[in-house]
Amino acid sequence: MQTLLLKSTTATYLVGALLYLYFIVTLKERGARLGRMFLLIGVVMHLFGFGMRFAEAGHTPITNLFESLSFFALVIVGAFLATELRYNLRVLGAFVAPLAFLFSLLSAFQKSELQSLNPALNSSWLPVHVIVLFIAYAFFAVQFAAGIMYLMQERQLKGKHLGAIFKRLPSLDVLDDINYRCLTIGFPLLTIGIITGSVWAQDAWGTYWSWDPKETASLATWLVYAALLHGRLTVGWRGRKAAIVAIVGFLLVVFTFLGINLLPAGKHTYASIAR
Amino acid sequence: MCVLAEEGYTGTADVKAFLAEHHGLALSDVDGHLYHHLNEEAIRHLFRVSSSLDSMVLGEPQILGQVKDAYGYASEFKSIGAVLDKFFSKAFSVAKRVRTETKVASSAVSISYAGVELARKIFGDLKDKTVMLIGAGEMCELAARHLLNAGVKGIMVTNRTYERAVKLAEEFDGTAIRFEEMVSHLKTADIVISSTGSPHFILKRDDVEEVIRIRRNRPMFFVDMAVPRDIDPDINDIDNVYVYDIDDLNNVIETNLEERQKEAGRAEEIVVTEVAAFRRWLDAQQVTPTIVSLRRKFDEIREAEVAKAMSMLGTDDPKTRKVVEALASSILNKVLHAPVTALKNDGNGRDPMELVAVVRELFDLTDGGKDCE
Repeated sequence: MQTLLLKSTTATYLVGALLYLYFIVTLKERGARLGRMFLLIGVVMHLFGFGMRFAEAGHTPITNLFESLSFFALVIVGAFLATELRYNLRVLGAFVAPLAFLFSLLSAFQKSELQSLNPALNSSWLPVHVIVLFIAYAFFAVQFAAGIMYLMQERQLKGKHLGAIFKRLPSLDVLDDINYRCLTIGFPLLTIGIITGSVWAQDAWGTYWSWDPKETASLATWLVYAALLHGRLTVGWRGRKAAIVAIVGFLLVVFTFLGINLLPAGKHTYASIAR
Repeated sequence: MCVLAEEGYTGTADVKAFLAEHHGLALSDVDGHLYHHLNEEAIRHLFRVSSSLDSMVLGEPQILGQVKDAYGYASEFKSIGAVLDKFFSKAFSVAKRVRTETKVASSAVSISYAGVELARKIFGDLKDKTVMLIGAGEMCELAARHLLNAGVKGIMVTNRTYERAVKLAEEFDGTAIRFEEMVSHLKTADIVISSTGSPHFILKRDDVEEVIRIRRNRPMFFVDMAVPRDIDPDINDIDNVYVYDIDDLNNVIETNLEERQKEAGRAEEIVVTEVAAFRRWLDAQQVTPTIVSLRRKFDEIREAEVAKAMSMLGTDDPKTRKVVEALASSILNKVLHAPVTALKNDGNGRDPMELVAVVRELFDLTDGGKDCE
């Protein structure tokens, strides 16, 4: 039942994404309104499914790739809805919703059976470490989308060919503000996520840091976002530069999350891709 | 100028004579500048004018305001009848439909307004932004006025002749700056509008690179209205800086105009359907159909009342029925005599449409005009 519920959110997110795309093409308000409604329905279904799976499994159900990808889609949609509420920026949905759908779709191809919990993961650190990191990732996803929108809009303005994109995308200022807001939410969470992971590693493996591939990639990701924050605050990085760093940062996030699993075993290979 | 008259009121000749007399011109002078439309053409004309499909610049919003003003004066002097009143409110609603359902008026088509539109896409809110005007010129001032309307915080004005800068600054409630100090004040300007007669660039890439560093990359928008150029176009290559010259702005406007032209077709379709609907409503306001529907309405009442009386009398005697029917008919005919005669006499010198409208309202005759409600 919960598996079915979780899997059917993929369809709901797809409809939401398509409605937002319809909105950005035709600029018909109804598209955005319905799109948001479908995403909201998706989130509610998703939360129910998550809760049921939690009850059935007896632990936070973010322990394999199916669960992680599915949860990632949920938090991306959540982060988007929060951003949309804050900025009343509906066109953002046409960029973020398809991204959420993509992760949701990837999850649908994974083995979804409940597995017994790997003893190493049996810890109250699990929900804190994983959920905090995924919320950080979700805001980086929104930042990534805003970064792409920034580059598109900047290209219109610099190139002086003001077409359909120019009209549909918001001002550079708003997009840059999203870049900063998402950073101020995502970066502290990323830091907390890494620290809790390290403390947990001390508990479980007896060492705070062991340079396994996932840890190394996380550190690299952290450094990119730290550089962005530092650059923004001290030398006034903004606009194009900030957008590019945000895009690179999110690609690193995706690599840390998924790409590492393609490498030969490290300690974090609970969530390996089904091949 | 536009004169609207309802049918039967005055002939076109009278209107022309009035205009000539009012302005103290010969009739032949006036004639060449006038055109007139009758009936459906007139409906189409007002609908198109209000929707700004008839203007020099397609989609210009001012025109609707002018039509509304004319309507305001006319109703103030009570020179507007029920039909014209309806005609105007329909024209306003057609204009609204065109504005909301098509993109005819969606983008800037004047140089100065295009500047504001661009500024909005760079800065978002213009509330806390400062503008610097370099030099003077009609275009420049117009752009400044648009920006003030859009809510910019302040305006700095600089000119080679300091006195002119002071004068212009007073006009805009801004501050005057000596031309030699222009570059040092640049760091506080977000939007720079330039139109000097200088034969070479007054702003070079190095100047602006330095300024943008001091501004910690806060964006700047340069509008170069001058020919030859005041601002080195290479400055556009600096990150967070945008330079538009007069040709760029003209290109922007041209693209927008092309889009409006495409949308105009859809707007004309709306006008066609609305003209047809209004025409149907208007037809229903004619004398003959009004008499017919008046009669029909009263006949319905008569039949119903006769049936009721017969059932109350509790008899089906043909003789009794005849008496009752005769009674009802004669009352109705006598009641209807005066209104029908008045309608047939075309309102006894008053505007027949006016009378028709009154009769339709008094007797609640709603058939025929439904499409237009």
